[in-house]
Amino acid sequence: MIKRNAPWLAVLLGLVWLAANWWPPAKKTGDFDIATFGRTPVLTDGRVKPLDTVARNSLVIIHGKQTLSLDNGQTLEPMEWLTDALFNSPTASGYPVFVINNPDVLGLFHWQQTQRKYFSYAELAPFLTQIDEQGQKAEGVDSKQRSRFQTAIINLRNGLILYQGLENSIQPEDTDHFANEISAYLAAAPAGLAATQHRQKGEAFDKDKFNQMGQWVDRYQTLSDAANILAVPPAAAGAGEWLSVGASLLQSMGTGQANPAVKAYALIGDAYRAGDASLFNQEAQDLSQWMARSQPHATGNSSFESLFNRMAPFYQALVLYVFAFLLVAWSWLGNNRGFNRAAFYVLILALVVHTFGLGARMVLQGRPPVTNLYSSAIFIGFGTVIIGLVLERIYRDGMGAACAALIGFITLVIAQHLAESGDTMEMLQAVLDTNIWLATHVVCITIGYSAMFLAGMLAIFYVVRGVFTRGMDRDAAQSLARMTYGVICFATLFSFVGTVLGGIWADQSWGRFWGWDPKENGALLIVLWCALILHARWGGYIRQRGLMMMALFGNIITSFSWFGVNMLGIGLHSYGFMEKAFPWLVGFIVSQLALMVVASVPLARWRSFHAAQA
Amino acid sequence: MNAKLRQAFGFISSLKLTIVVLAAALVLVFGGTMAQVHLGVNEVQKEYFQSLWVWAPIGSQGLRVPIFPGGHLLGAVLLINLITAHCRRFRWTWRKLGIHLIHAGLIIMLAGGLFTDLFSVESYLRLGPGESKNYSEDSQRTELAVIDESDKDFDQVTAIPDSVLGKGGAIEHSSLPFRIIVAHFYENSHLALIEREGAGQPAASQGIGIHVALTPQPPSASEDANNVASAVIEIVPPVAPGEVTAAPLGTWLVSEALAAPQEFSCAGKTWRLELRARRYYKPYTLTLQRFTHERYTGTDIAKNYASLVTLIDPDRSENRDALIYMNHPLRYRGETYYQSGFEKNDSATILQTVHNPTFLAPYVACAVVGAGLLVQFALQYGGFTRRQAAALAT
Repeated sequence: MIKRNAPWLAVLLGLVWLAANWWPPAKKTGDFDIATFGRTPVLTDGRVKPLDTVARNSLVIIHGKQTLSLDNGQTLEPMEWLTDALFNSPTASGYPVFVINNPDVLGLFHWQQTQRKYFSYAELAPFLTQIDEQGQKAEGVDSKQRSRFQTAIINLRNGLILYQGLENSIQPEDTDHFANEISAYLAAAPAGLAATQHRQKGEAFDKDKFNQMGQWVDRYQTLSDAANILAVPPAAAGAGEWLSVGASLLQSMGTGQANPAVKAYALIGDAYRAGDASLFNQEAQDLSQWMARSQPHATGNSSFESLFNRMAPFYQALVLYVFAFLLVAWSWLGNNRGFNRAAFYVLILALVVHTFGLGARMVLQGRPPVTNLYSSAIFIGFGTVIIGLVLERIYRDGMGAACAALIGFITLVIAQHLAESGDTMEMLQAVLDTNIWLATHVVCITIGYSAMFLAGMLAIFYVVRGVFTRGMDRDAAQSLARMTYGVICFATLFSFVGTVLGGIWADQSWGRFWGWDPKENGALLIVLWCALILHARWGGYIRQRGLMMMALFGNIITSFSWFGVNMLGIGLHSYGFMEKAFPWLVGFIVSQLALMVVASVPLARWRSFHAAQA
Repeated sequence: MNAKLRQAFGFISSLKLTIVVLAAALVLVFGGTMAQVHLGVNEVQKEYFQSLWVWAPIGSQGLRVPIFPGGHLLGAVLLINLITAHCRRFRWTWRKLGIHLIHAGLIIMLAGGLFTDLFSVESYLRLGPGESKNYSEDSQRTELAVIDESDKDFDQVTAIPDSVLGKGGAIEHSSLPFRIIVAHFYENSHLALIEREGAGQPAASQGIGIHVALTPQPPSASEDANNVASAVIEIVPPVAPGEVTAAPLGTWLVSEALAAPQEFSCAGKTWRLELRARRYYKPYTLTLQRFTHERYTGTDIAKNYASLVTLIDPDRSENRDALIYMNHPLRYRGETYYQSGFEKNDSATILQTVHNPTFLAPYVACAVVGAGLLVQFALQYGGFTRRQAAALAT
C-alpha cells in the first residue's frame, strides 16, 4: 500500500512542508507591522532593494547569520533588528550583534576568549578609536599577506562602519522627535538663508540666525555623509538620483518643504520609539502607498524581493534535496521501486522551487542567471539536477536521482556560505555589464561544471558501491559507465563552446582572444581533461575503471577551475581571496585522490566483483 | 616510403602522441597558472606559453636547463599530430563528419593562435580631452627618436628601436649625418638629481645628464611596476675634410624618466633626442572629444567607461565621430581600439590598440568545431537512445 502510494505521499509531504514554511505568520492587533515597512524600497550599493534585504545583508555581514538571538532567549528577525537600529539606537546598541571569533581581537580589548562570540555596540564603544586605528593599519597590508588578526579586525571595523551608517541613515541617532526637529529646521531656514545671503553680499546680517543655520547644515551634512541607505527617491523614476535623508533635508532648505518620504520616515520612527503601533502601521502604510505612486517599478520589485526573501526558495530546495536523497537510499535498501519514483517526484518538486528562485533572481536583477560566484553555485546545482533527472528517466536505477540530490544539496550549502559576504545581487563591474556574454559564455561554462561534477559523483558511487558493497552487478556497473561517459561528452561540448565564447568576449572587450588569465586557464584545463578522457577511451587506453578514475580527477580539475583559481587572488576574473573555503577545497581534493587510490585496488578485491565471481 | 620513415610517421600521427601532448599541455597550463602568483601574467606568458621550452635555473651560477616543453612546442607538435592523423586516417563517412569538423576547427584554432602570437602587435593610445594623435605607443618597448626640425612643414624622425640600442656599439643611418655610439643601455633604471641627493656621478657630459645620477635596476616582470629604460649615448660628428678622425660632441643621457627632449647642434642643424615608448604611426588621426566614466549611484563601482573620438583619415576621406565603450571597440584599417582604462580623475582615456591580422581565425574555428561537436553529439545521442530503448524492451 505504502509502496504504491509512496510517490504521492512523498510529494504531499513536501508540499505540506513548503506550505507550512510559506504560510504568513498570524498578525495580532497591537503589533508593529514590520513586514509592510520592510517592503519599502531604498537604494544601497547602487541597487534599489527593500529594507528587508538591507536588514538581511547587513545582519549577515555584521553578525554572520540572518537571525539574532538575544541573551534572554528571544530571537529577532532581520527587519526587527534593523528597525531598532534605524530608529531606536539605545536599544539596538545593547544587542549582541557583532561577531568576534578571533582571540587576538578580544585580547586587544583585554578580554579573555569565552563561550561568548557576540558583542554589542555598547560594549565595543570604548574601543572604537583603537579598532579604527588597527583596522586602517591592516587595510594597508595586501589582502593575501594579512594575518588572521588583521582580517578579523578589518571585518569588525567594516561591521561597525556599516552599523553606524545604518543608525544614521533615516534620522540622526540622537534625535528625540525627528518630525518636530524637521519642522524647527524648516521654520528656521528662511531667516537663516537670508542671513547667509546678506553675509555673502557683505551686508549686515543676523549672526545668531547665521550660526544656527550653520549648525543645521553641519548636522544634516554629517547625517548625509554617514548614511548607508539612500531612502529618498527622485520625483519620478529616471528624474534624478536617490538621496539620503540628510541630503534631501539640505535641499529642502530652499523650498521650505520636506520631501514626503522624509516626513513619513520621521513619523514612522517617532511612532516606533513612542511604542505607538497603530500610528506606526498607519504611517508605514501611507509611505508604502506614496512609494507605489511615485516609484511604481521600484516598489513592485521591492515587494517581490521581500516575498522572495521570505520564501527562501534555495533553502527549501536544499531541504527537499535531502528528502529526495533519503528516499533514493531507502529505495536501494528495500529494493523498492515505489520509493525510487517518490524520490524522482520529490526531486522535481525541489527543482521547481529551485527554478523559481533562479527565475526570481533573474527578474529582480534583469540579468542572465550567473553573475557572480554565488549564483554560479546555484546554477551548477540547477544544471546537475536537470541532467540527473534525465539520466534517472532513462536508467531508472536511482543513480541519476541520488547524484542530482546530493550535488543539488552540496551546491546550495556552498551558496549559503558564499552569501555571507553580503548582497548576492550586487551591481556588475562595467566589463561584465553585457547580458549577451553572461547569457552565453558564463552559462555554457557553468553547465560544463555541472556535468563534470555529475560525472565525478557517478564515479564516486561506482567506486564506493563497487569496492565496499556487494550491490553493484555487471549491468549496474556498465550502466554507470555509460552514464558517466555520456555526461563527460556533454561536459566536453559545453566546456569547449563556453571557453571559446569566453575567448570571443575577451577579443571583443580587450582585443585578445586568449590572455592566459587564471580563470581562462581553469576553463582550458577542463577542456583538455575532457579531450584526454575521450581520446584515452577511444584509443582503448582506459576502460570502465579508468574512465571512472579520470572522472574522479575531473572533480579536482573542476573544483580548481571553479574555486581554486579565485584563491590565487590575481587576474581579471578573481573574486577576492576566500580564506575560509581554502581548507574545504584542499579537503575535497584529498578525498578525491583517496577515492582514486581506493579505486586502484585490484578488481578481484572489489566486494561487488568478488561476489560476482564467487 | 621505407620502414623507418613509416614508423616515424606512424608515431607522429598516433593517438598515443595526442594523449601524451594533451597530458603535457594540462601540466603546462596548471604550472603556468600557479606560477602567475609570483611571476605575473606577462612573464608567465613569455616563459611558459610563448616558448619552446620552460627553463629553470640550476644552482646560483645562472645556468638554465629546459625542464618542460613550452606552449609553442606543444602547440606545434599537436598541430602536426592532428594534421598527420587526419592524412592517415581520413575516410569519408557521415558517421565521422562531426569528428572531422572538430579536428579541422582545432587545426584552424591552433594555427591561428600561433600566427597571433607571432604577428599581433598590442599598443595603447593615451588621449587627454581634445588631444589628437596619429600614433599608438608600446607599453613594453622603447625607441630612441632623433628628430630633425629644420623643415617647417614636418619633422623628420629617425627612430632606433630598443632591440638595436640593447646591442650597443655604433649606429649609422643615411638620414643622420652623425654616428651614435651606445655606451650603455639599461632596461630598467633609477634617475636622481645629484644636487638634491648630494651625491652621485653625472651620467653624461652634455644635456641634463650632467645633473643626473643613474642607478641600474633589474628589469621587473610585474604588470604594475613599469620599467624605466635609459641609455647613455655618444654623438660623433662626420669627419671634416682633411681630418682623419672626428672628436665626439660628448655623451647624452636619454631616458623614459626625462619629460622633455634634449637638443644639440650638428652639421648645421638642431636635433632633438628623446628615449620614448615605441610609436606605431597610422595614416589617420584620432581626437578625444569626451571621456565619460559612470558609476552606480552611491558607490564607486564603475558602470561604464566611454570615449567619444573623432576619426580623420584624409586618404579615405573619413571624418566621423566614433564611440568606444566597454565591449564595443572601434575597428578601423586592421586595427582595433578598445576602452581599456583611464588616468587619475578621468584626466585621460587609455585605449588598447591591437593589430591582429588573424583575429578572424578563432571565430571561424569556433564555428567549425561547434558544428562538429553538435553533429557528433547528436549522432552519439541518437545511437545511445536506440540502444537504450532496445535494452529496456528486453
